Order: sequence, then C-alpha cells, then structure tokens
Amino acid sequence: MAEYRLMKGNEVIAEAAIRCGCDGYFGYPITPQSEIMETLMLRKPWEETGMVVLQAESEIAAINMVYGGASCGKKVMTSSSSPGISLKQEGITYIAGAELPCLIVNVVRGGPGLGTIQPAQSDYFQAVKGGGHGDYHLIVLAPASVQEMNDFVALGFELAFKYRNPAMILSDGVIGQMMEKVKLSEYKPRWTDEEIQKISGSWATTGKTPDRDYHVITSLDLDSAKQEIFNHKLIEKYKTMAEKEVRYETISCDDADYILVAYGSSSRICQKAVDLCREKGIKVGLLRPITLFPYPTKIIQEMAKRVKGFLSVEMSAGQMVEDVRLAVNGKVPVEHYGRLGGMIPTPNDVVKALEEKLINVK
Amino acid sequence: MVEVKDIIKEENLVYTKSKILTDKVFHYCPGCSHGVVHKLIAEVIEEMDIQDKTIAISPVGCSVLAYNYLAVDWQEAAHGRAPALATAVSRLMPDKYVFAYQGDGDLASIGTAEIIHACNRGENIVIIFINNGIYGMTGGQMAPTTLEGMPTSTSPYGRDVKLAGHPLKITDLIAQLPGTEYVTRQAVHTPAAVRKCKKAILKAFQNVGKKNGTQFIEVVSTCNSGWKLSPVKANEWMVENMFPVYPLGDLKG
Ligand SMILES: Cc1ncc(C[n+]2csc(CCOP(=O)(O)OP(=O)(O)O)c2C)c(N)n1
Ligand code: SF4
Ligand SMILES: [Mg+2]
Repeated sequence: MAEYRLMKGNEVIAEAAIRCGCDGYFGYPITPQSEIMETLMLRKPWEETGMVVLQAESEIAAINMVYGGASCGKKVMTSSSSPGISLKQEGITYIAGAELPCLIVNVVRGGPGLGTIQPAQSDYFQAVKGGGHGDYHLIVLAPASVQEMNDFVALGFELAFKYRNPAMILSDGVIGQMMEKVKLSEYKPRWTDEEIQKISGSWATTGKTPDRDYHVITSLDLDSAKQEIFNHKLIEKYKTMAEKEVRYETISCDDADYILVAYGSSSRICQKAVDLCREKGIKVGLLRPITLFPYPTKIIQEMAKRVKGFLSVEMSAGQMVEDVRLAVNGKVPVEHYGRLGGMIPTPNDVVKALEEKLINVK
Repeated sequence: MVEVKDIIKEENLVYTKSKILTDKVFHYCPGCSHGVVHKLIAEVIEEMDIQDKTIAISPVGCSVLAYNYLAVDWQEAAHGRAPALATAVSRLMPDKYVFAYQGDGDLASIGTAEIIHACNRGENIVIIFINNGIYGMTGGQMAPTTLEGMPTSTSPYGRDVKLAGHPLKITDLIAQLPGTEYVTRQAVHTPAAVRKCKKAILKAFQNVGKKNGTQFIEVVSTCNSGWKLSPVKANEWMVENMFPVYPLGDLKG
C-alpha cells in the first residue's frame, strides 16, 4: 500500500534516505535545511536499518566522512546550505577526483557570504560547473516539488553509483521548507556486504583479501601524462551522461512563441506565468531542466529553431541563462529575469519581464 | 666450498621483510623516520593477521604515498582530514581496524579540528602522528610543532614565538580528552626506541579492536632534509632539542 503524507521537503529527504537503504548521513546544522538531520535523529534509523547518522564538527568534516564512507562502497550522503556547501568544495573535488559515488544536498539560500537565510538559486554555477578546483562535474538534480525531493534521493544514488560520480540535489529554501503531499518510497534494505562486493568490489576499500590486490582510493597522480589520461576519462564520462541522462519537463511548448526556462521553485512560479500568458493570448511554454548537469542543451537547440526567444527565470543574478545562451548560440534573443537576496518573483513579475525584455522590444 | 644458496635457507634467516610491505622502494630521504614507522605498522598488521580487516588513511605530507608501501586497502585523504574519513569507515564497518597516518602539519595545523573532534568522540581508530617539527613535503616550512628558535624556510631567523606562537603540544591536549584510551609519545632513533615504538603500535591496534576509544601514538621524528642535518646529526639534534619539549612516554593508558 502506497504511503502518502503531508511533509516538508527537508523532512522528506531524511525519510527517503532511510527508505532507499542509505548507509550513512553526515551533516552540520545550517538554515534552511537543519530539519534533514533533525528528522534523522528523531527517526533513529540506526535502530531500524542500521544507517549511521552523525553530526560532524563542521561541513568540512562531514564531507570528508562522506569521502571515507564512499570509499568503502557505502551509500553515504550529506546535506547543507550555501555557506556550508562552499566549505564542502574541497571534499567534493577529492570525491570527484577519486571517482566515488555519494549524494550531496544543497538547500540554497541567498549569498554571497552569510547572505540571507531566505531561498535563492545563486549556487547554480558552483553546482554545475564543478565548484571546487580542477576539471570535474557533479550530476545535478533540481527538484521542483516535495515529491521530487523524495524521488531524487534514490535517483541521485542510482546515478552516482552508475557513473562513480558525486551527485547533488540542488534544491532551495522554498522546496526545503514547503509542505506538500508526498507519496513515500517503498523501503529498500541496505546493501549487504555481498551486494557491495558485487557493485563496487573492484575498487572499494573493504579490506584486502587474498584473492585480490589491495585497493587505493586516491585523486593523486604525480605523473602528468597519466593525470591527463585520467582527465580525458572524466570528460568521456560526462559526455556519456550528456547522451544518456538528460532529464527535463516541457509544459505547453509545442506551439509556443516564447519559452521560459526555469528549474526548482522558479519553475513552479513560471507554470502559473505560462497560464497567465495564455489567458492574455501570448503563446508561452515552460522548459524545466530536471538535470542541471548534464544540461538539456539539445532540446533548447531544437526549440531555438522555431521560437522567438527564451527567458531564463532564476532567483539569481543570471547564471543558468549562460547555459541557455550557449545552447541557443545567438539564433534568437535570450534574456534573464531574476530576483535576488532571498526575494521570490511572482508569476505576474515573470509575465511583465517577458513582455518588457522579449515581446515589446523594437 | 659453501655455496650462497646453501646459506639462504629458512632456518638461517634472522630477519625477513614483513609480507605486508610491498617491494616498492621508499621515496623517503635516508634517515627519515617515516620509513621505520611504516615497517613497524606492517609488522604489527602481519603479526595480528589483520591484513583483510585493515583500512588505512594516508595524509597529505611526505607520507602521501604511504599507500605504495603497505599492502592494505588505503584511502588518501585531503590535507588534515584523515580523522574524518577514518571516523566514517570505523562507524560504517565496525569490524575493521582503521588507522590514520598523519604528519604534524596535517594533524596539528590544518587538521586540528578533525583530530580533536575524532578523539573527543572516542572514534575507534588508531592515529599514528609523525611529528618532525616541520613541513617536510613542501620543502621545510615552519609547522605548529616547530621549536622556539628553530630555523625553517618560513622562519629563516628561527621561530619567533611572539610572531608565530609556541610549539603546539597537541598530544598533551589529546590526552585530556575522555574519548582517547591510549596516548603515547615514542621515537625510532635507536634500536631500543624502535622496539618500544613497535610495542606501542601493537598495543594500539590490539586496543582498538576492543572499541574503547581512540588510540593515539605520536612518534617524535627526524626530517633530516628539512632540518638540513645528516641522519646521525638529525638523531642527535632530536634527542637534544625535540625530546625536552616533546618528552617520550605514555601520557595515558
Ligand atoms: C589544502 C592544502 N594546503 C596545502 C597543501 C600543501 N602541503 C602539502 S604537504 C604540506 C605539509 C605537510 O607537512 P606534515 O604534515 O608535517 O608532513 P611531513 O611532510 O612533514 O611528513 C602542505 C602544506 C596541500 N596539499 N593542501
Ligand atoms: S623531507 Fe623530511 S619527512 Fe620528507 S622524506 Fe625527507 S626526511 Fe622524511
Ligand atoms: Mg612534518
């Protein structure tokens, strides 16, 4: 029997982690995502599934605990919000460099610096372009509902293990804090030692047995020629992701003259803006990227052949708009509309911006 | 005449290399303590027969490549973060013997938070702490453990405590934490010291299997390249200058 509940986005992340057989969560409190660890501590999954939950001394420690756990082939995760995610970048680049699967949740708040505790989407660049040093990418999933907060935990782990690459859920304070009806996932048991051997036995540090060489998890190669080969291997991996893992949703795009491009909570606002435009007789559609890396470039390229323009709507100074522009490649105008600092646009704001920036221009 | 192959026989052996040590040649400078400590850890793992249960964490420092030398599963941490990795490994795989190997820059400077909190939580891990009073790997810069007046490349006129603070006796701090069970300070500059140090490492690994908290071994070490002294001179300098500040012996347990 399917289980439905009214829950906060953050609480659902915790519930979904337990239910998908997560082995360990390591975190440090920060608004607006503290409910994730609080929910886990209340739920005491170590009694139920054996999942480890630990409050680390910092985000740096938390991500490095994830690094250690992921090295053992375990399903491990951390969550934080913008300032904490900045601290995690060192660990994230090591995890990407060591080709390890893990899940990182960023419930974004406004910045820079301590910024605000209100929702924002200003960590897009950091999430999709790498974030830490070196050439690497995360798999980035952008939930637009509490249901997707639930679904993307299991999906994030699935993709992370498929590609041996860290995955990130790039959420924001709206999705984290709002309550919606959610269909919870079925319980999946944690992997047994035998299952871990089957899935990650060729590389995981589970103890050297006589039947195999010892395993080393490292991101270091002092031989430049070898390091370059490794860099190319990563590039190939990202290409495969771009071919196979792009996910997006289109709403009313078939006959649209203008396309709103928006992810996460902005896409919810844009859905309403599409309705308002249609009532006014303006043919507008919404493209909602679900994976921000890999980015739905191809569909934008195709749309660019037939639409009059794109408006990227983000709660940022204009970050994702650059990826839309790259895809459109000058064929039609691409504009950005956003509110900043934790301010949230209304559907009417979006309609007005569309008219001003794309429709009513000479 | 006696042939060499008649002499090389099992019963004539007085010493063999631990099976846990690989055949790779150490990259360490002659006289460096790192290699000796590696050997001792290898012997302990072999004697306890825990190769399949050992997970090792290497640091950033001269021992970053420690994973080339001991045939156990390794994780290479970011600078200072080894105790965080070790924490997760030991929590997620409680039947394993987890040890983190760290230098003084790694443990007592950039990784101060990670080591203090791992020890304070009483993580069931072994910490091997190589204190050579200097940043060996990066070319001999001042470490938090550098002695007062000791010249390094970033304290060329000697460590000025007014400018750079006093040598950090982090092991004394660690011993104060209820999470640690066994805290000791050793060295490997004489055969007797080597034997004592090995006993300490063995005790730490035996203890950690009983899950009563963190096992912490500081090895006061030489960095002859960083100190710009010959191996023999470095040992003498260590006895004269390092031991008064970092006296050997058990601090706890
Ligand atoms: C984040 C970061 N900062 C700085 C460095 C450069 N670095 C490499 S090793 C090292 C110092 C190591 O000294 P110590 O821990 O005492 O080890 P030793 O080489 O003396 O054994 C530093 C600063 C680095 N690799 N990463
Ligand atoms: S630089 Fe110092 S610590 Fe590094 S290998 Fe040489 S002697 Fe050892
Ligand atoms: Mg040192």
